[in-house]
Amino acid sequence: MNEIWYQFKKNKIALFGLGMTVMFIIFAILAPLIAPYDPYEMSTSDSLAGPSLAHLMGTDQFGRDILSRIIYGTRISLQVGIISVGISLVLGTLIGLVAAYYGRWVDMVLSRFTDVLFSFPDILLALVIMAILGPSLTNLMIAIGIVYTPIFARIARGAVLSIKSSLYIDAAKSMGVSNRKIMWKHILPNSMAPLIVQVTLSFAFAILAEAALSFLGLGVSPDTPSWGIMLSEGKNWMETAWWIAVFPGIAITLAVFSFNVMGDGLRDALDPKLKNESS
Amino acid sequence: MATEELVKVKNLRKHFDVSNGLFRKKSIVKAVDGLDFTVYKGETLGIVGESGCGKSTTGRLLMQLLDKTEGTIEFDGEDMSAWSKKELNKRRKDFQMIFQDPYASLNPRMIVEEIIEEPMVAAGMDKQERKERVTKLLDDVGIPDDYRKRYPHEFSGGQRQRIGIARALALKPKFIVADEPVAALDVSIQAQIINLLVDLQEEYGFTYLFIAHDLSVVQYISDRVGVMYLGKMVEMSESDELYENPLHPYTQALLSSVPVPDVHHNTDRVLLEGEIPSPDNPPSGCPFHPRCPIAKEHCKETMPEFRERNKGHYVACHEV
Amino acid sequence: MADNILEVRDLKTHFHTNDGVVKAVDGVDLHVEKGEILAIVGESGCGKSVTSQSIMRLIGAKSSEKVSGEILYHGEDLLSKTEKEMRQIRGKDMSMVFQDPMTSLNPAYKVGTQIAEMPIIHEKKDKKSSWKRAIDMLTKVGIPSPEKRASQYPHQFSGGMRQRGVVAMSLACDPDLIIADEPTTALDVTIQAQVLDLLRKLRDDTGTAIMMITHDLGVVAELCDRVAVMYAGKIVEEGTVADIFDNPQHPYTQGLIHSLPKPGSRERLKPIEGQPPNLHNLPEGCRFQDRCPFVMDVCREKQPELVPADKQDHQAACWLMGEEENDGDGRTGESEEPEKTF
Repeated sequence: MNEIWYQFKKNKIALFGLGMTVMFIIFAILAPLIAPYDPYEMSTSDSLAGPSLAHLMGTDQFGRDILSRIIYGTRISLQVGIISVGISLVLGTLIGLVAAYYGRWVDMVLSRFTDVLFSFPDILLALVIMAILGPSLTNLMIAIGIVYTPIFARIARGAVLSIKSSLYIDAAKSMGVSNRKIMWKHILPNSMAPLIVQVTLSFAFAILAEAALSFLGLGVSPDTPSWGIMLSEGKNWMETAWWIAVFPGIAITLAVFSFNVMGDGLRDALDPKLKNESS
Repeated sequence: MATEELVKVKNLRKHFDVSNGLFRKKSIVKAVDGLDFTVYKGETLGIVGESGCGKSTTGRLLMQLLDKTEGTIEFDGEDMSAWSKKELNKRRKDFQMIFQDPYASLNPRMIVEEIIEEPMVAAGMDKQERKERVTKLLDDVGIPDDYRKRYPHEFSGGQRQRIGIARALALKPKFIVADEPVAALDVSIQAQIINLLVDLQEEYGFTYLFIAHDLSVVQYISDRVGVMYLGKMVEMSESDELYENPLHPYTQALLSSVPVPDVHHNTDRVLLEGEIPSPDNPPSGCPFHPRCPIAKEHCKETMPEFRERNKGHYVACHEV
Repeated sequence: MADNILEVRDLKTHFHTNDGVVKAVDGVDLHVEKGEILAIVGESGCGKSVTSQSIMRLIGAKSSEKVSGEILYHGEDLLSKTEKEMRQIRGKDMSMVFQDPMTSLNPAYKVGTQIAEMPIIHEKKDKKSSWKRAIDMLTKVGIPSPEKRASQYPHQFSGGMRQRGVVAMSLACDPDLIIADEPTTALDVTIQAQVLDLLRKLRDDTGTAIMMITHDLGVVAELCDRVAVMYAGKIVEEGTVADIFDNPQHPYTQGLIHSLPKPGSRERLKPIEGQPPNLHNLPEGCRFQDRCPFVMDVCREKQPELVPADKQDHQAACWLMGEEENDGDGRTGESEEPEKTF
């Protein structure tokens, strides 16, 4: 663990990503304390006000404070990220593990299934699922979770395949350890590294997908402070009040960027560690 | 030497289907192609050969890590393939394996204690008994007891191999397949491990199948030695007899190819032409004929029988 | 001395890592004479490969790698050369053969093309004559039907063939020094015998000196003229093969030789007990002290230097030698002590 942190620390951009992530988490938890205004509170007198000392990022057409809405928006974004990526991680790992460990026709069936899912464009697939399930925050998270399952399934399958041929798996078999135990005790813990990295990367995608789906009106209800919805509404006012769309846009970009560089850093930090262990 | 049979292998074959793609030509690698031999109780049988000769596959077949294509393996008089999966897992305590690569054969995320305990957990031993057994095993293989909570990467190659040996001994097996157990180790460490293997055998009286490519190590540790080439056993005899009086031209070439760490050694080298043929397309007849210095016409057509030439000295060659 | 192709003086290669400085090579002196085969022998981590890579300047470019000392190639210090000058020397004057023939040929190019590239780069030859040279080289290393083989790709070669191909590539510009880093370790015994035979013949025919990095004492005895034994970043003994095998002076060399099973003997092996020291944390004094059966107080305090042992060109870095030298005149049975172990 120390070794990973040591490697990670050396990567300044990844460190920045981690810092931003921590900041977003703090925002999400402490939103009511940090946000200067109630994100739902409308004020006709203040509508479409540009950035000022009173409203650092201005207000929208209903006079709601953009900064406060962005701060509250981290809650939705993180929630969507955690739950949907959690769904993909669990489902994908399970599929990949079973496919790779049992091989043959089990692998055939599961791999083809994930290939089919994989071949749809992300957003299109999410749209289809949302259309079936109906628009709501829960369904949105389920849809995003399903969309990113194949990536995890593939990564898990690859990792398991390489670990499955390790000598210590043969050793466990030769000692009469059961299949289930081999999967849980030997294969899964050793396949986690690439999956952890994918979690951070998918987190970014999930936030983006939530924004996109909300932008299209398939996500949360329109008055919820979600970055995607803010962006969607802001586009109508681009000419008169650019701040409504630009600030949530910056928030999305920053969050996605942070998770991405953190994931990259994590991957680099985990990699040499694995090399050391095997050589 | 004891003459009670422990493992009896008859006409053992393992063919791997390596055709890739649906429409490609079928391609079969005959990794092991018709082996007959017996391992006697208490002895060390060495198996030597170059890469692709099938020696490791043989070890894995005996360990039931691979399913055979044909033939029988009898263990203590019982046909192993007659055992159900459950029965097999129960019987595994009698035959264990020591692996080549001490870096890859230990799970990097388990501590020493867990590694050595694993076979005991699988066999259903209780906790108290397991802890005591680990203490004894660590002592047997020369690892200080206070290292039991450490991870494999904290150990050197030689120490890891000691841990691997302790794990193989955990259930007091009768038979141990050691697949190149010292190949990955440095010379000075190799000798430590070889001594350990010899001492443990003396103390516990188990039987070894010792697979290696290093002929001098095999000669040192084995009572009898078998030489494999392209999935077939070409010669087998008592160790000293084999090294002093090799009959098969391949054994002769192999022995003479080993560089001897002695400047006064006269190398009367039989240099073999060409390379080892690929096992997915082995030559007809005797697999060694394309490289054999004494091959005759009929060697290309018929595979020579594995026959006893002198007492206990078997060889598969038409021209001997 | 005039015939020395290569002279290395006080070579130190230190790696600066997270956990401190790793002194992989720490004060190595050696020389390669014209037309000789010098073995650098030692176990993993002793610094033998790092030595060879430092000589080729394949190490030293990164800020974490510090190479110091002198590497004199025909009297010119390679450490003061620019990377561009080094590129001219590598492959032309000194070439290298690596352990893994699989990775030292580029799978995307024909073997002949890769060999022909050498004269094209270094001698500005045209393509046609270079291709002819490639075929000559393949013939020289004993590859059957070289014209056909030259147009094949590395994956169409077997392991032994590939290593011959690599040797052919290293020979293409007629270097006067080949550094071979475990060239036969990845090969089977019968194929190893072929490659060793090839290297010996090449030296005899072309007079190319070979620096052979190996852990295999058998290979050393068979092929080499002189030997330098390395342990934990230092040369501990140096001499002719006969000196080293018949009359090893350093306890480590003795231990190495005794660790090997003797043909036909069932005598218990005599391993060197313990493990090599951690290069992060080397002991004060002699690096072999913890494993040495003859360790004395002085060994824990001061590092021994290479001094002549039984003759001028047979050197060992051991305080037992010093003792012998000191009591040179009135020496008694005491100095015989290391030999008792035979």
